[in-house]
Amino acid sequence: MKRAPIYGTMAEFDSPTALVAAAHRTHEAGYQKVDAYSPFPIEGLAEAVGFHKNRVPLVTLIGGLIGGLSGYLLQYWVSTSSYPVNVGGKPYHSWPAFIIVTFEMTILFAGISAVFGMLALNGLPMPYHPVFNVPRFAFATKDRFFLIVFASDPKYSPAETRRFLESLGGRAISEVPD
Amino acid sequence: MDERIEHAEGARAPVIEPGYTFGTVTDKISSIVLTRPMSNGWFLGFGVAFLLTMMMLYAMAYLFVKGVGIWGVTIPIGWGFAIINFVWWIGIGHAGTLISAILLLLRQSWRNSINRFAEAMTLFAVSAAGIFPLIHVGRPWLAYWLFPYPNSMGVWPQFRSPLIWDVFAVSTYATISLLFWFVGLIPDLATLRDRSTNRGAKIIYGILAMGWRGSARHWDRYETAYLLLAGLATPLVLSVHTVVSFDFAVGIVPGWHTTIFPPYFVAGAIYSGFAMVLMLAIPIRKLYGLEDFITELHLQNAAKVMLATGLIVGYGYVIEAFMGWYSGNRYDAFTLWNRLHGPYRWEYYALLMCNIVIPQVLWIRKLRSRPIALFFVSLVVLVGMWLERFIIVVVSLHRDFLTSSWGMYYPTRWDWMTYIGTIGMFLAAMFLFVRLLPMISIFEMRTLLPEAEVKE
Repeated sequence: MKRAPIYGTMAEFDSPTALVAAAHRTHEAGYQKVDAYSPFPIEGLAEAVGFHKNRVPLVTLIGGLIGGLSGYLLQYWVSTSSYPVNVGGKPYHSWPAFIIVTFEMTILFAGISAVFGMLALNGLPMPYHPVFNVPRFAFATKDRFFLIVFASDPKYSPAETRRFLESLGGRAISEVPD
Repeated sequence: MDERIEHAEGARAPVIEPGYTFGTVTDKISSIVLTRPMSNGWFLGFGVAFLLTMMMLYAMAYLFVKGVGIWGVTIPIGWGFAIINFVWWIGIGHAGTLISAILLLLRQSWRNSINRFAEAMTLFAVSAAGIFPLIHVGRPWLAYWLFPYPNSMGVWPQFRSPLIWDVFAVSTYATISLLFWFVGLIPDLATLRDRSTNRGAKIIYGILAMGWRGSARHWDRYETAYLLLAGLATPLVLSVHTVVSFDFAVGIVPGWHTTIFPPYFVAGAIYSGFAMVLMLAIPIRKLYGLEDFITELHLQNAAKVMLATGLIVGYGYVIEAFMGWYSGNRYDAFTLWNRLHGPYRWEYYALLMCNIVIPQVLWIRKLRSRPIALFFVSLVVLVGMWLERFIIVVVSLHRDFLTSSWGMYYPTRWDWMTYIGTIGMFLAAMFLFVRLLPMISIFEMRTLLPEAEVKE
């Protein structure tokens, strides 16, 4: 398949309010492959661009379960079969003493899963991305707000999409080279 | 969203002074890292801290050559400065996690201006703390034996021992604190990447930012991960000092074997941690002109947290004394008597002055808004909390059940050099941090501005 020479069309907005409104209207107009960029998290923006499947909590839960289970089982195995030590006649499987390491392992694995799961689902680290070809995009980490319609969208056409984004009040509209 | 405005207007002092925009907040914080020239004061401060770090390394090298005999530890006081300083540093670290995690869950928006450097403080304090148990084990090159790993000796750590709990608690705490801090930094590193004009800086910040571009999908997962991390760090931070207190409370030594230890240790940790936050925040906001972001509100609130946790610590002392009498246990009663009348009584009186009496001045609102006064009260609290650990470790051990095994503890110059050296290392790391990374979270400050609100 031949790759599209352009990655998408990007428009710039002044405020979070304008960006959320534009994202909603773009979505309503039938565009499906849309993304928005902002210098800080904006409530409701992810829904506005049609993002609903956040799997970070699931990854964290699985990580926590693995950590807790492996922590407990390690202690159980070490204390009862691999290296049993009789301490004051206490049972080898003295589970109350194992709670702390189990707890810490749960937190450790859940935390690591949350962070690395988030990064992996976000596709980071990513050394190159087409949106950085837009010179004004450097302001996306300062005080400007951007909306992009990807060229892979079935409804995408360079001229049509540009006109549509202009009608939303988008400024400095540019085609993003791939 | 309205709540944010209410916060800003309802409080006596604002979280952030009015008149800022996304752009000016960004410029103000990032310029400290990117364009501000190096001052002589910074070089002087860093130089002194660096020399102290070298002193610590010298003391440690000598320790490795000679062994722990160069320290003041002897039987019956086998736990001297190493444990005192370990507990002191770990405790200081707790405020950073409290600010970044617990206050986030409680939606305290004032935390946004101080969480970044408080988290950095946590990391450096935990690093300083970690040094002590490692060099105290006698043969530090075998310290990895603390971790459970399959080995040819066929032995495993003893999981019923509080010391192994400590290994897990502290290493988990260090890892989660590092992750929390780094995740919070990612969007700001992207800001520095885009703002910096120096090619080398652009490359380094670019690598660290990992290609962050602020996509709505990314922010959504990011915020979820950050919130989950806060939810995980909250019980973690409470567990860490609880586990540290188990090192004592699980033992049968009079003065250690009490159930009040876990909550009282946690409160004491937060107490000393907020004192350190204030001692760092007060000069930093002045020197770097950040009074608009770290306002009087922050100082007031930090002082109130100190006052509250200080009272919990005071309650701990009262209960310890009460149980010494009420338990009817003659050894506990003797420990109390020995604190008040024994050879370390002056340290105990100083502890009561520093931790209980002097901090009561924080009830005065006028004083809470005086940075210099707060700075000195914080210093007193830090000294007091160090003395508290000294009393717990040394006074309990030096006279236990048998009079034949009583003794005294005298720290040597190597003890002091190592301790003061870790303070130098901590400060050196802070000096580097304020010049290399944004010390206030830029993206979280943007969310505090009125223009960040999405109007329907």
